[in-house]
Amino acid sequence: MSAEQHNAPRKVTLNILRYNPQDENDVPRLQACDIEEADGMTLFIALNEIREHQDPTLQFDFVCRAGICGSCAMMVNGKPRLACRTLVTELPTESTLTPLPFFELIGDLSVNTGKWMRGMSERLETWLHGVEENVDLRKIEQRMTPEEADAVYEMDRCVECGCCVAACGTAQMRPDFVGAVGFGKIARFRLDPRDTRNDDDYFEVIGDDTGVFGCMSLLACQDVCPKSLPLKTQIAFLRRKMALIG
Amino acid sequence: MKTIITDVLIIGGGLAGLRTAIGAKRRGHEVIVLSLVPPKRSHSAAAQGGMQASLANVVKGQGDCEDIHFEDTVRGSDWGADQVVARMFVNTAPKAVRELAAWGTPWSRVKGGDREVIINGQKVTITERMEAEGLIAQRDFGGTKKWRTCYVSDGTGHAMLFTTSDQAIANGIAVHERTEALSLIHDGERCYGAVVRNLITGELTAYLAKATAIATGGAGRLYRVTTNAVICEGMGHALALETGVAALGNMEAVQFHPTGIFPAGILVTEGCRGDGGLLRDVEGHRFMPDYEPEKKELASRDVVSRRMEEHIRKGKGVSSRFGEHLWLDITLLGRRHIEHNLREVKEICQYFLGIDPAEKWIPVRPAQHYTMGGVRTLPTGESPYLKGLFAAGEAACWDLHGFNRLGGNSVAETVVAGMIVGERIADFCDRADNDIAAPVALAREFVQREEARLQALLTSSGTENAFKLCTEMQEIMTRCVGIFRTADDLQDGVSHLQRLLQKSRAIGLSGKSWGSNPELVAAYRIRRMLKLALTIAYGAYQRTESRGAHFREDFPARNDKDWLKRTLAFWPTQDAEATLPHLDYEPLDVQQMELPPGWRGYGTKNHIDHPDTQSRQFEVERIKTAIQSKGGDRHQLQEALMPYLDQLPAALQGRNERLDEPLEHQA
Repeated sequence: MSAEQHNAPRKVTLNILRYNPQDENDVPRLQACDIEEADGMTLFIALNEIREHQDPTLQFDFVCRAGICGSCAMMVNGKPRLACRTLVTELPTESTLTPLPFFELIGDLSVNTGKWMRGMSERLETWLHGVEENVDLRKIEQRMTPEEADAVYEMDRCVECGCCVAACGTAQMRPDFVGAVGFGKIARFRLDPRDTRNDDDYFEVIGDDTGVFGCMSLLACQDVCPKSLPLKTQIAFLRRKMALIG
Repeated sequence: MKTIITDVLIIGGGLAGLRTAIGAKRRGHEVIVLSLVPPKRSHSAAAQGGMQASLANVVKGQGDCEDIHFEDTVRGSDWGADQVVARMFVNTAPKAVRELAAWGTPWSRVKGGDREVIINGQKVTITERMEAEGLIAQRDFGGTKKWRTCYVSDGTGHAMLFTTSDQAIANGIAVHERTEALSLIHDGERCYGAVVRNLITGELTAYLAKATAIATGGAGRLYRVTTNAVICEGMGHALALETGVAALGNMEAVQFHPTGIFPAGILVTEGCRGDGGLLRDVEGHRFMPDYEPEKKELASRDVVSRRMEEHIRKGKGVSSRFGEHLWLDITLLGRRHIEHNLREVKEICQYFLGIDPAEKWIPVRPAQHYTMGGVRTLPTGESPYLKGLFAAGEAACWDLHGFNRLGGNSVAETVVAGMIVGERIADFCDRADNDIAAPVALAREFVQREEARLQALLTSSGTENAFKLCTEMQEIMTRCVGIFRTADDLQDGVSHLQRLLQKSRAIGLSGKSWGSNPELVAAYRIRRMLKLALTIAYGAYQRTESRGAHFREDFPARNDKDWLKRTLAFWPTQDAEATLPHLDYEPLDVQQMELPPGWRGYGTKNHIDHPDTQSRQFEVERIKTAIQSKGGDRHQLQEALMPYLDQLPAALQGRNERLDEPLEHQA
């Protein structure tokens, strides 16, 4: 092999699921797109290149392109992950990109995680409870130990990307399952000394099969979480607490 | 025609938009928020390092107060800021942090006792006060005299955005996700809402509202290399500009952040340097002290970015196949600190560079970061040109940042502006004389106009490619309207952009779908982006001085004599062939300034004085002596120099308590 050939960029084929549910006549299909790999190329760069040079109709979602907003979760060779921080170098020569399952499909690789997350949030009331109506903002803030703040932040790092739900066995069977993201939120507020809810209150929202008792402990959620949240521990802990009440 | 009527329409679901929405909703007004993306995906989430507020809890922040935050902000702005707005801001920032704390933001907290920190490359032990234990902690940031930046590890914006978004949900605020405002509905005097496109179905809807607020963030995507998210295309700026009535202020003021990772431009926080990180060149030499002996790596962003580029020009950059860069060294902070306080930075380095920043240096080069320019408003957030139109946050120019924003003042501004403008919008909607009869005919006219424009694009036989035009624009902006600017480059940039704008009138599309159609979106946005790019490039060309982030190599001095004024850009909408904005200027009144113009304390000392500067300085000194001789305190002095409290909503006028300034002892 000559040096020139050796240095030639690798050709990578991305088989992308194409389907526009807005169009009655459309049927789902895989479309093969060839790209030339480049240094530092992420799926963000690759998909934009395909849209700009090969197929301007391709739908996908990116916002921050830095792995912090959670917009671009998709199935890469069958596993949910953030596309923006997936380097093409890590992928085999032929790869398949499909939208996250479970969520409403907008088109191609774009799914409506936002709508589902808002519903989850309303259902579980994922906001701090016990907030005074008119806090005196002139006064020194309520104290919190550094350790408490760190523990809350650990769970607060969730970006609502939907990877955990897409990887969840229960969610495949129960469309009303709140998913690891929901448990993570409950765990976050439960850890927060400022929240006035108690375990009886949490039992009301997650104390059944759509909640913590629906979890089959397959725990793919933790394996795929791009923020490495300790979901396994938190779910097990919540289940124990909820079992004490139920 | 589908019509939705509400009291308040907020365009943009980031921190500024959501906080404004909560304010108006709590006062009993119906609010709808429009957002391109689910609100928790907004670019506010990308703010890593923190939010400035003079809480003075940590020992290195002791003695801090509104006065010092005010001076840092005005110096940072290179005297371009509206000092009344800066005062309103510094008095509200502590309240904003505390409100978020009460709403659940997990601010990092002070641990009493000894801790090791890195200051100026050296390990130093500092002792936090035991009485501060458990209060909100502050870290050091550029251009500040005290450690003032409150933070949540390095995910501050994320934590603030999630708290605020959850509160918006708790308040039952409707967020219409995946919608985009295409134009404001107005009659040249009053704004009545917007024509809005559903990005999934393509459907157009007229949203009619008593008050409309633009809170769409920045326009970083006008540049090739930017830290900004892909949605930061300045579409809110464009909405205002395209009315032909509302003005954009100081669009030439564009901030470049010193530490975008190279070459992708992804941000690594200023907190890296605030916490003790160093900038190094090809030889591993720490070069910033050579240029800025006083503030070193922690001079303001405009200064550090220029010094970095200057150093690269001297041949001290590190060569790579993508061009030259410098190094950010945070290895000296230690693994524990990095994995605890700089987690996002660690993840970014790991995923995008394949390096461990606890062991290796990070390749960095300045990248476009912040749009100081925005929809020109009064301190109430309302446009002085179009009644019923408000703006808040990065999209606005009420003018907190002048020509350079301090690190940590952006997320602070989003929530502070939301608190103030939310109240002002509620006041506006409370007044019966601001009620409107739904102008259905006018709305129909605007919807039909947008419909016709979209149809024309979809059926156009033009051959120009929207994506290609966008790339060309971004390259021109980066090349000609960047950190170092000259008349030749700017003139070249302006004429290039004008040609692109003309070309953009002949875009053709390959996909003809009315609904979700990324190419169609790119096509209508690029026309607007080009207009914005022209306001920046043309404004920069006309401004023959250097101020803050706007640096003219051919006019390197700040010239207060001729240029202590704000640029106002209007688009001549009556002329369909127009390719240039109309520029106007609004002078800043030195005689009203609490802090008259002077040297910033960093950067080159070469400014040309305004004729009023000296007399105002004497006047300020006279007032200071008079107040001090009467035993007056800092609040009385401030009041005598530049009264501003009446500009704040009553609930926000109070003083801020600190460990060293208990409320009981205050008047």
